[in-house]
Amino acid sequence: MWFEDVVFFAAAIGALAGAVGVVVLRNPFYSVLSLVGHLVALAVLFLLLRAQFVAAAQVVVYAGAVMVLYVFVVAYIGGSDEPLRPDESLITSFGPIFALALGVELCFAFLGSGLTAIDGRGAELGPGYGTPGQIGEALLTKFLVPFEAASFLLLIAAVGAVVLARRRRGLAPAGTAERREA
Amino acid sequence: MDVAWFLVLSAFIFCIGAAGVLTRRNPLVVLLCLELMLNAGNLALVAFARMYGQSAGQVFALIVMVIAACEVVIGLGIIVAMYRRRLPIDVDRMSELRG
Repeated sequence: MWFEDVVFFAAAIGALAGAVGVVVLRNPFYSVLSLVGHLVALAVLFLLLRAQFVAAAQVVVYAGAVMVLYVFVVAYIGGSDEPLRPDESLITSFGPIFALALGVELCFAFLGSGLTAIDGRGAELGPGYGTPGQIGEALLTKFLVPFEAASFLLLIAAVGAVVLARRRRGLAPAGTAERREA
Repeated sequence: MDVAWFLVLSAFIFCIGAAGVLTRRNPLVVLLCLELMLNAGNLALVAFARMYGQSAGQVFALIVMVIAACEVVIGLGIIVAMYRRRLPIDVDRMSELRG
């Protein structure tokens, strides 16, 4: 299956390039665009892993909705160019070294894990693996509690965002606003 | 493609994201790098789901997406609040919880 290999390497290079672009590019707007490319490449990888529904959700929800939110905030704040290293602080110079060590360690952990199936293409798949029907059935039967907890979490996050980003005057009662100003 | 390739790729993406979180100072870019790390985790979860032939890992990946969306909403809310209060958009100079 040389075709799958070609698609994998193309998508992997795209994903890595997108990831490096997010970190390296100075303008936050370009970083967001680079992340969109990264997410689309990851969706291709998910398709290679037979996760059709997750790939679709990745493109629609992540690369679509969440990234639009980012673009709006970057436009609101004003994406100013940031000097990559204005001052050589200790953590800034240790960051790449730490990340390199982490990557080597993770590779060792994965490849030396003793999982024999890691060198295979994966288990035999039943019919309907990764389709919306099977994912939905798992979400509503086996994983019902996490599913409902996730919906509560989304509600709490939405309320929290409204509380965080509202204007200080106007919505709050008079007494609390004065205390906050003081 | 062997599953190991996907896992190694996810390790690389994770450490690129970690490097970004450590080195960048714009909170927007720090959030983007956190997304990178979460996505690397997602890739590993889906790869393991493929390895065992069960769809539980894909459900985990979807839940991680929900968590990431929540994190984005709160993080961007904080950034907008920082901007409204004329605070510097810089993670190194934010040292108080009550700005």
